[in-house]
Amino acid sequence: MEEEFKVIDNYLMIRMPDEIDHHQSVHISKTADKYILDEKVGNVVFDFERTTFMDSSGIGIIVGRYKKIACFGGKVYAINTDSRIRRILMLSGLHNVVEIME
Amino acid sequence: MIEIVSWKKGTEIKNEMRLEFRAISDNEAFARTAVAAFVAQLNPTLEEISDIKTAVSEAVTNSIIHGYDGEDREENKVWIHCFIKSDVLEVEVRDCGIGIENIDRAMEPLFTTKPELERSGMGFSFMEAFMDDLEVLSEVGQGTTVHMIKKLGITSWIEDVE
Repeated sequence: MEEEFKVIDNYLMIRMPDEIDHHQSVHISKTADKYILDEKVGNVVFDFERTTFMDSSGIGIIVGRYKKIACFGGKVYAINTDSRIRRILMLSGLHNVVEIME
Repeated sequence: MIEIVSWKKGTEIKNEMRLEFRAISDNEAFARTAVAAFVAQLNPTLEEISDIKTAVSEAVTNSIIHGYDGEDREENKVWIHCFIKSDVLEVEVRDCGIGIENIDRAMEPLFTTKPELERSGMGFSFMEAFMDDLEVLSEVGQGTTVHMIKKLGITSWIEDVE
């Protein structure tokens, strides 16, 4: 399953694929940055509804996007996270920069 | 009585598996899925399968992007050796890449030599967190071996820390 991108107002919604590893992450990051630049969105929302697997490459994607938008006051959100994704976010201390929405 | 004892003895599993594949990122999903399939005979929980898949994914990714510096050459291979004895899984991920100069430093959380690739520096931390034991052997110019151990059937006891 491929990831999907959608811009709603000032938010870039990224529907993450079912498996997030280093193989996928490069493409997701590049495409997201293109949207952030071209559409000038301020915030990014990662939707993990379909995601069943994520390793530390996922952390790289989130931190990378956070760095790109945080200096302009943008925020990063994670939605539809299961206990596994939340555990990975907590382990890497990302729950301090990412707003995890139930 | 005797029958039960022998039946119990008969259930002790001893098994071994080896994999060799080219060091390209397309094979990361294959590697972790293959290990997960091999572990299936121990009746692991979904949680345990995810833990193992994440740890294997981290180790294989390290070999590909750090060990071989992301270069795709025919001779660049990653080897996985799995060993099961009763309810303990041992996984060894080996490469013949550039090796690690300072292992302690490499294992520090958030330390990465490739920030430009958006590596989070959490690879070894994740392996440590999701497996029960982690050992890293490396020699510069020779390659790196990551040895991990996980005991199955105990994670359900541990409360979900949230």
